[in-house]
Amino acid sequence: MSLATAATPVDMSSKATALIARKRLITLAVPLAILAYFTYIFFAFDILGLRERARLDNAVALVSDTYSYKTHVERNNRNGEIEVSVEGERKGIYDATNYPSWVTVGEEVTQIALDDGGSIEINGDIVRFDVPGFGLIEATQSRSDGVSLNLDTADLPDWISYSNTRLTVMTDAARLTLTKARTEVFVYEFGWELFWFTLDSPYYDHSFSEIAFGDPIDPTRSNLTGAWQDFWNNSIWRHGDVAWALFETVLMAFLGTFGAAIIALPLAFLAARNFAPLVAIRMAARRLFDFLRGVDGLIWTILLSRAFGPGPMTGALAILFTDTGSFGKLFSEALENVDGKQIEGVASTGAKPLQRYRFGVIPQIVPVLLSQVLYFLESNTRSATIIGAITGGGIGLLLTQAMITQKDWEEVSYYIILVVLLVMAMDSFSGWLRRKLIKGE
Amino acid sequence: MADLTAASLDVTRAHYMALTRQRRLYGGLMLLVFVLLLAAGFGIANDRNAGGFLPGLPHIFDFPADVISEAWEKRVNLPGHLLRALPALIETINIAAVATLLGALGAILLSMLSTQGLAPWPRLIPVFRRMMDLMRAMPEIVIALVLIFILGGGPVPAAIAIAFHTVGALGKLFSEVNENADLKPLEGLASVGATWPQRMMLGLVPQVAPNWFSYALLRFEINIRASAILGFVGAGGIGYELKNAISWGTGKFDEAAAVFILLFLTIMVFDQLSSYVRNRMTYGAAK
Repeated sequence: MSLATAATPVDMSSKATALIARKRLITLAVPLAILAYFTYIFFAFDILGLRERARLDNAVALVSDTYSYKTHVERNNRNGEIEVSVEGERKGIYDATNYPSWVTVGEEVTQIALDDGGSIEINGDIVRFDVPGFGLIEATQSRSDGVSLNLDTADLPDWISYSNTRLTVMTDAARLTLTKARTEVFVYEFGWELFWFTLDSPYYDHSFSEIAFGDPIDPTRSNLTGAWQDFWNNSIWRHGDVAWALFETVLMAFLGTFGAAIIALPLAFLAARNFAPLVAIRMAARRLFDFLRGVDGLIWTILLSRAFGPGPMTGALAILFTDTGSFGKLFSEALENVDGKQIEGVASTGAKPLQRYRFGVIPQIVPVLLSQVLYFLESNTRSATIIGAITGGGIGLLLTQAMITQKDWEEVSYYIILVVLLVMAMDSFSGWLRRKLIKGE
Repeated sequence: MADLTAASLDVTRAHYMALTRQRRLYGGLMLLVFVLLLAAGFGIANDRNAGGFLPGLPHIFDFPADVISEAWEKRVNLPGHLLRALPALIETINIAAVATLLGALGAILLSMLSTQGLAPWPRLIPVFRRMMDLMRAMPEIVIALVLIFILGGGPVPAAIAIAFHTVGALGKLFSEVNENADLKPLEGLASVGATWPQRMMLGLVPQVAPNWFSYALLRFEINIRASAILGFVGAGGIGYELKNAISWGTGKFDEAAAVFILLFLTIMVFDQLSSYVRNRMTYGAAK
């Protein structure tokens, strides 16, 4: 017997050689398998076709929109009216009293001074664009002849595009479009436009110290309250709504996570081997958890929004359903690892079953449960953003709404920054709470 | 003397009881505040929802019942629908697999760069850590929607978006694993003149690869769910099919049912598979 189990040195050496050979094979085979898989994906995902589908102009527009904005100066060539507005939005139209300093609107002539030293002059149907280092571009439009240009149209630089119906000049500082219908100038500026106050607010274009310490700007309100009201109700950036949306997102995560924990705890007892003597109950509870988890947040969101309509509660319930499954599994595993001696000790003092659970079991598992719940709270903040985008609640909804317009990228980047900050804040908050409650620091 | 001990015992006991009472009071108060917060939060969420909780409750099974009854009526079509949705399912799994692989590769690199003792530039450790925090905090949907705008719909934006988040999520877990690795083999390799990649490849990877694999597997399961969700907002895969089938409404619910079934089964299978493999790795083969 002992002879049969004891390995001879030759035996061991051949075993070791085989083992090393196998490991060598694995170190070679795994990268090769990954490479083969990526090759398959390269064709399955049509990476080559991606170059044709990619819209790089979209990317450029997106990136430049996140850190700069454009002011439109537009002349309607049919009736001769001039309009100056931010991003061409109705909420951002300047009235004659507060034109930006670089625009002078006269009776006939509108002058625009550009940052690079150039200038644009709109004089009735004639536009003069003085480009530094290039010279003067003069174009005229008339209803009968279309657009005409003072340059040799056969030899134009690539930033000027010209046809009889349309002239487009694009420089770094501005973009000029001239058609029979309108003369349009876009002037690019750095920053997020009207972030603090919109143009109709009396506090627009006042510095912080003027508002905080200066004379009342609006006689009916004190400066700080007035400024706060106008900031909070800013009709373009909607700071008040955004704050609400962030709160809703946190609310969804909070309700979903803790609601799930409260429901999962008693159910977990039914699924733990050492607390549920009946195999049937245990199996039923475990299958219930598997089912709740397997249906997944996406399907729960769809099902629940049919019954409850879109909103934060639907999102909270979707998180609650999925996480009840996850928590049930995790909690029952924690319960199976509970030390039986403490329960015996409590039982020996004559404690009833409920007291045994309260004083023998709960103190043992609370740290484990709490740390898992807090960990989920952080990751659910992120899920709540995603669920909000589907069911319509919280910052996720605002984000998708802003993206659908495909032009408010500065708002999109603002929301992205807020979401990232929110998730990071929840991360450090739950970490702090975990340390505080579990380690008692 | 005896009096003194008895008296001091009483004092100690009274003090202990007072402390216990205080603790219970605080505990009870905290519980009360927590319950109130939960109730108030539920009230707010309920008010801001389009439909209320109580009016909606009886209808919670209406939609599943519609879907199931319609799917049952047209059950002959079901195998055909299942077969038709299969390519989309494979795409969803592929998105998750690519994202997990790419994310794990990125996470391996970043986790090495941000672990004390392994990092080639120890001063940059905080930078790499913040980088991982940032990547982890970014919800997949944000990157996916932006990339869909630039690259057009399809699996690539979803894969990139999930991979980006995975780098951050796995990187944190991997660097925790790395911290527990024994540094002696690395020192040994360094003493014979091994370069940094060689030290990592030969000294670190054999120690930590099983744990990495286990975390990556768990992530793969999470990523399948994420890739289904991203399909719903415009990236390809089973989520997209689901959205189409649902938006057709009544009459096409048999298709929706097929997609529901596929998605449910896939998530269940990968959930069970990954927990089986991970259990096997932790506790060894079943006896």
